[in-house]
Amino acid sequence: MTTAAPRLALNAISRHFGTVRALDGAHLTAQRGEVHAILGENGAGKSTLMKIAYGLDQPNAGTIEIDGKRTVLRTPRDAMALGIGMVQQHFALVDALTVAENVALGGFDRFDLKATADTIRRLGTESGLGLDPMARVSTLPVGAQQRLEIIKALARNAQILILDEPTAVLSPTEAKDLLDWTRRFADAGGTVLLIAHKLREILSIADHVTVLRRGKTVLTSSAGAVTEQLLADAMLGAAPTATRMHNDTSPRVARGTPTLTLINVAAQDEYGVARIADATLSVNSGEIVGIAAIEGAGQRELLRVLAGRLVQTNGLVKLPGSVGFVPEDRHRDAIVLDATLTENLALRGAAKRRGSMPWKILDGITHALLQTRDVRAVDARVQMRTLSGGNQQKFVVGRELADSPAALVVENPTRGLDIRATADVHAALRAARDAGTAVVVYSSDLDEVLLLSDRVLVVAAGVVRDVGSDRDAIGLAMLGASR
Amino acid sequence: MQPLARTLRAMLEPILAISLSLIALSALLAVSGYSVTAAMTALWHGAFGSWSVIASGTLVRATPLLFAGLAVAVAFRAGILNIGAEGQLLAGAAAATAVSMTISPAFGLVGSCLALMAGAAAGGVWAGIAALLRQQFGVLEVISTIMLNVIMLHLTGLLVRGPLQESTATFPQSALIDQALRLPRIVPGSRLHAGVVLAVLSALVLAWFLRSTARGFRLRMTGANPRAAASAGGIDVAKVATAAFIASGAIAGLGGAVEVTGVTYALYENLSPGYGYTAIAVALLARLNPMAAIGSAFVFGALEAGAAAMQREAQVPAGMVGVAEACVILVLLASEWIGARAGGWSILSRGGPPPEQNLAELATRGEQA
Amino acid sequence: MNTLADFLDASVRSATPLLLAALGETVSERSGVINVGLEGTIIVGCLAGLAAATIVGPTAALAAAGIAGLIFATIFTIIAIWLGADQIIAGTAITMLGLGLTGTLYRVLYGDTGAALSAPTLAPIGIPLLQDLPLIGSALFHQPLPTYLAVALVPAVWWWLNRTHSGLAIRATGENPAAARSSGVSPRRVQTIASLFGGLCGGLAGGALVLAQVGTFAEGMSAGRGFIAIAIVALGRWSPLGAAIAALFFGMASALQFLFQSLDLKLPYQIFLALPYVLTLVALAFARGRYRAPAALGARVGAADVS
Repeated sequence: MTTAAPRLALNAISRHFGTVRALDGAHLTAQRGEVHAILGENGAGKSTLMKIAYGLDQPNAGTIEIDGKRTVLRTPRDAMALGIGMVQQHFALVDALTVAENVALGGFDRFDLKATADTIRRLGTESGLGLDPMARVSTLPVGAQQRLEIIKALARNAQILILDEPTAVLSPTEAKDLLDWTRRFADAGGTVLLIAHKLREILSIADHVTVLRRGKTVLTSSAGAVTEQLLADAMLGAAPTATRMHNDTSPRVARGTPTLTLINVAAQDEYGVARIADATLSVNSGEIVGIAAIEGAGQRELLRVLAGRLVQTNGLVKLPGSVGFVPEDRHRDAIVLDATLTENLALRGAAKRRGSMPWKILDGITHALLQTRDVRAVDARVQMRTLSGGNQQKFVVGRELADSPAALVVENPTRGLDIRATADVHAALRAARDAGTAVVVYSSDLDEVLLLSDRVLVVAAGVVRDVGSDRDAIGLAMLGASR
Repeated sequence: MQPLARTLRAMLEPILAISLSLIALSALLAVSGYSVTAAMTALWHGAFGSWSVIASGTLVRATPLLFAGLAVAVAFRAGILNIGAEGQLLAGAAAATAVSMTISPAFGLVGSCLALMAGAAAGGVWAGIAALLRQQFGVLEVISTIMLNVIMLHLTGLLVRGPLQESTATFPQSALIDQALRLPRIVPGSRLHAGVVLAVLSALVLAWFLRSTARGFRLRMTGANPRAAASAGGIDVAKVATAAFIASGAIAGLGGAVEVTGVTYALYENLSPGYGYTAIAVALLARLNPMAAIGSAFVFGALEAGAAAMQREAQVPAGMVGVAEACVILVLLASEWIGARAGGWSILSRGGPPPEQNLAELATRGEQA
Repeated sequence: MNTLADFLDASVRSATPLLLAALGETVSERSGVINVGLEGTIIVGCLAGLAAATIVGPTAALAAAGIAGLIFATIFTIIAIWLGADQIIAGTAITMLGLGLTGTLYRVLYGDTGAALSAPTLAPIGIPLLQDLPLIGSALFHQPLPTYLAVALVPAVWWWLNRTHSGLAIRATGENPAAARSSGVSPRRVQTIASLFGGLCGGLAGGALVLAQVGTFAEGMSAGRGFIAIAIVALGRWSPLGAAIAALFFGMASALQFLFQSLDLKLPYQIFLALPYVLTLVALAFARGRYRAPAALGARVGAADVS
């Protein structure tokens, strides 16, 4: 180790979006010649921290130092000028342009696509990341698009390269090639910041690891000094005694009837990428089935198939007539901010409604819902926009349960909610279960899944598995680690 | 308390917009060397000078503006940027003329109704072309409706020089519609016709439809947040949007039919002095609310009638009023921005950005959500 | 046949302002900004061209018209790009404003009667030898300055869009503003430049109309040319060369009525006036891949992205 200042230091970075604290004094220090892995659950703040390091987002507090010099990164352009490059999780490529044009975009020097093409070919040979400079991006497979993102950064002489979950979209061989390349890049004096989930992968490649949990840095260590178990504990937090799976303390004897059934189901995401390969599962009435998964494992599509919001590409799906669904992005998918609470209530089942809208009755139902679900609102005729996030979420949960559906699917039901609202939502889910509803819960917080569920299914790489109720076993299965 | 405050705030904005526009108009008059008092007096006389002026001037001009304004409002409410009200209105006028020329005057009032229905149908068909292009081929309705406006203008030009030309074949216009097939006048001694009743009735029906029916509710939710409408409501948003687009065209077409059978009695190329464009200002000032559109159309009708008087009496160019109308829109757009800064309410809650932009946003926003 | 040569000559003349406006709109739309206010910008250019011509002569007046268009377009730019208002609604207001303002100012400047005031016009510049070519000589090589300017702008705009960094930034912003931003481009700045260029060209188009074609001003004399330019951009599939061909096509359609008149034909020329628009709609319906509209055309970027 040299005694020189670190290549990149992020000190006490805080960032909040409204009431949600994405980062809360997180720190990270990376050296020259190092592959530095950044770990954490979904929503732990990894991507936000990296966006700040790339000038795509600005911290509310904290400082950034490069080679010991304090700097402010207002835009990606500032970051690029200092030798920082980033490959985002969702690529920032212009589909309609060619490879060479994407590389040239935002450049300063003389515009010369031939020279850019030569650079791409040279970098391709040097790095093993070959690409046809004249190909249109829309025709490239995902792996090639990722190579392009890296080449883009290299063409700007990036010396600090941020890779946000680079292997998530790659085949195993491609992933291995990429990781080998990051090693060579670091050995040649570069610095790689690698956000990843697969522990084995990380330990095989990284020199150093930093673990974030709920916006804070909870562990930073050289890779040689940690084990998979230690990392998993740091990421997921030490299991508090309260977060035992429900049936550990009071095994439920009453088993309901199968309500949601999937047999050999396959499904794709909105981009046409296969996300669920072969899922067979059944959820009974009167139980809460938890889904444990890391981001992008296919749980998003699985939940939507279960909720009847996504049509499978293969297999058999049996759903009851009415399934409630609480999606994670409520502003986009669940509520209409400019409509009143009553109108938002009426939204459920709006497709099948005929004739006139019985607003008086709906007002009454809404009013009752506000009372029973403890939603703090002046009255049923105020705009949804005027409610706090917690109250909006309680409203959505209440609405989806209002007609006592046979099944309820919820996705990250308490993200961004305070303790009280979280407890209320949990109580609502349990009450629904006790009333005989088949409930499926996914949360990126494993402890929340364990806390709520009678049974847990793990989704990893598009496959659904039941690995029992042991927290460690579930955690490792999620992360794709060796047993 | 809250609803009252909301109503007051909703009232404040249009009043502010109109006031600022009148101030801008006065400033322009002053700078141009006109007497502001003389011009404003003429404007007032032309718009509200007497009952007969209100009936023959303001209300007659407000009628097509109300129809077209309702057409724009219903489309915008569904998230459709229909700026083709001008063409749809002309289509309605042409169809109504054609029917009036074909059927026997013996039909009387029934004949008028037939003409109006034909007008609505033609407007719906004309909008339907843009709806089909949007739905099946992803053509931006903004571009297609502009094209369709011009095509209809030329088509009208063709009709009044060909099949619908008056019998002497000298003037580019149709023959006059037979007395028996015209809309009845409702205020003796004025030009005010039954169409104004129909327009107000349309506004009331549309307001009822949007507020009280399931279809209207689906339309509003589709416009306000198509993703939530589809995901939480199970609504077929593409179908709803297409239906709203066609309905919007039908309302504009009805307006055109009313204009020929109630005011001009003949079809000619420049039948509409840009009603379809002014309609956008009418709808925005009403914040896309059909009831409020009655008042908004009245205001713009008064402005247009007043402008004619201003030109007659104070020799002020009528173009001034175009400036005032444009100012209304610009002030409303700017106040939307201020409103969004102050607390996130908007005139045009057209829901999210188009899907392409959603994807683009996803690409950089990542896990912030 | 003299008539045919005259027809071609008239076609090119009619096409000139259309092409100028369409080239500016092409750049603007490639950056994701559709400016329905182009009609207003053109007529502002008309009046500015006329007013300036009476003082500084026709050549400088053309430049003045362009500058007037640019200044007028800043209103649209502020409302639609900086305040993030809906482009279509803002554009409609700008068109109304332009038409109203010019109608008023014209009467203020040149009397209540609005008596036709003629301005010195730009004389055709003949290119020796070439102008004597049969049939196309006059149409292509004996034209006033704006025509040569428009023709020269076609490769220039092509070069700008395809062979410079700023052109690449324009195209990227129109397709995917978020990705452009991530690559170090400021979408707002790019759209500002593109839409101001659109204003400049719109003003030049108005100037060309007055100074090389009509020689005077009349209320509403832009007569929908702004909308035609938007159609031309779409029919030309968002490329400068495509715009040139489409503009000539629209120019021919409007020159047909003069041809029919001179041949004393009683054909309904409205069909030919409407035809290009119908073809534009058909072309839009079947446009695929790189020939389609920029993906983020008309999207609100300024308000959503803090850039």
